[in-house]
Amino acid sequence: MSFAFTADHKKRFSALLKQYPDRRSAALPALHLAQDQEGYLTTETIETLAQMLDITPATLMDTISFHTLFHTRPRGKYLLQVCQTLSCSLAGADEIVDHLSHRYQIKVGETTPDGRFTLLKVECLGACETAPVVQINDDYYEKVSKEKLNRILDKLP
Amino acid sequence: MNDFQPILTIHAGQPGSATLDYYLAHEGYRAARRAVLDMNSDEIIQMVKHSNLQGRGGAGFPAGVKWSFIPRDNKRPKYLICNADEGEPGTFKDRMLITHNPHQLIEGMIIVSRAIDCHLAFIYIRGEFVKEARLLEAAVEECRTSNILGKNIFGGKYDLEVLVYRGGGAYICGEEMALIESLEGKRGWPRIKPPFPAIEGYLRCPTIVNNVETLSNLPHIINNGAEWFRSIGASPDSPGPKLYCLSGHVKKPGVYEAPMGTELTTLIFNHAGGTPEGNKLKAVIPGGSSAPLLTAGEIEGLKMDFPSLTAAGSMLGSGGIIVMDETTDMVQACYNLARFYAHESCGQCTPCREGTAWMTKVLRRFTQGQGRREDIDLIMDITDNIGGLVDFSEGSFGKTVCPFGEAVSWPVRAFVDKFRDEFEAYLPKEAAA
Repeated sequence: MSFAFTADHKKRFSALLKQYPDRRSAALPALHLAQDQEGYLTTETIETLAQMLDITPATLMDTISFHTLFHTRPRGKYLLQVCQTLSCSLAGADEIVDHLSHRYQIKVGETTPDGRFTLLKVECLGACETAPVVQINDDYYEKVSKEKLNRILDKLP
Repeated sequence: MNDFQPILTIHAGQPGSATLDYYLAHEGYRAARRAVLDMNSDEIIQMVKHSNLQGRGGAGFPAGVKWSFIPRDNKRPKYLICNADEGEPGTFKDRMLITHNPHQLIEGMIIVSRAIDCHLAFIYIRGEFVKEARLLEAAVEECRTSNILGKNIFGGKYDLEVLVYRGGGAYICGEEMALIESLEGKRGWPRIKPPFPAIEGYLRCPTIVNNVETLSNLPHIINNGAEWFRSIGASPDSPGPKLYCLSGHVKKPGVYEAPMGTELTTLIFNHAGGTPEGNKLKAVIPGGSSAPLLTAGEIEGLKMDFPSLTAAGSMLGSGGIIVMDETTDMVQACYNLARFYAHESCGQCTPCREGTAWMTKVLRRFTQGQGRREDIDLIMDITDNIGGLVDFSEGSFGKTVCPFGEAVSWPVRAFVDKFRDEFEAYLPKEAAA
């Protein structure tokens, strides 16, 4: 499966190259753009992007593997990321993880068989005042309880 | 100090406070205009040096002094990077400043850029903050269309572009050298210093990295003067308004702006409403998770500024205050933080990569009731090997490339030192005997 940016993303990628003083600096913005479009980064995507950035695929893979927000394997339509660091933990993050694990019958790191939900534990999301915090794709849900989370999840399309 | 009026967060929560119109209606960009049109580089740097503004990212380095390290005769481009990679557990102030007042930050960036003669500046924001990054991009765009960024800004002869750059989810990229590597599209491995970024930073060019809160202070210093700034807080040596983040076991967690040097007990009991259900206070992490925790007995009368915290054997760091009441299991809390650091160790230096994982394994063993008596000393030994005591007089700067080694070792040592009895209580009966 080959990879190409959509027309809109292609325009944005060209703009990036003009903005940055060197090509490789556009790597992270380009990776975000590609992942937003494709859901995760396939080998073909990485090869094509590396060519566009004028670096080898291995060099780009080095960058990808370091940064946790980039995924090289398929994941659920909704990425449920529960913060587990101290302030969230003091506010009951473990119960939230157990609840989600039970609700979807999956362990941390797994995806539901219908491909809708992936459950992850993540480190500090930087919103400790509203602990416990769950990030679902791009959005933060703060001060969550099991009940509140159920209402949010029930509404997801 | 009771009649202190917030400076950085005064507009927080007002409808439209993030828009350019709102900001301009409240004297916005007056300081940047003055810096660009009526001040030269020396004047700005001298003023900020004189104000004693210390960096708010954690290290507390004097901001004006940092800028003065930028070489004048260097013909290479100079860069400014705003560090918005907020990820120190217990810290959430930069997110608040960005959400409620992005233009205050951009104005601060214009002032520094002018001082160091930079024409392209970056905001490196943590990748998870998608909403905040979009908000910043919208604010930058507003500035571009209003001659506040772009060519010949404010009708003068100075050009400045600002780019918003989303990180990829790595705590270490809050360290300035790792951040620069990541901005260059590489894995975020810290570089050895020196050379410091002011000499060789982004693309090996002179670069200044300043925290969001540091930058947000600048418009107020230019508008009101260095003397005014020095008069705020308990000591003119460590002055200014400070954002304190309170989380954990407090009734009203949140960001509170108070003068530098406000007493920690005032912040916990007055601002944040104290511990829930009248529980007794047990311990406090005063400056983000890397700051060694203090027991309830140690915080009486403690002032929250850089020198006072250092004297108390901890640090002000980022101002992230995590409160733990008597219900807290200190072994679990210690394990939680050790696990965080093991996950976030970048893997470049062996002592840190191996040590954090090993320590976490030993602590996990404890939490599962399988600890061994000798493990307590083993944990202390590992911390010593990751980030042994730094002795500046001997020219020793730790055992790892960046301060991450100390950032994990010091807090774990404090947990074990101060709550050794709780670790012993976790030992299985035969080991405890």
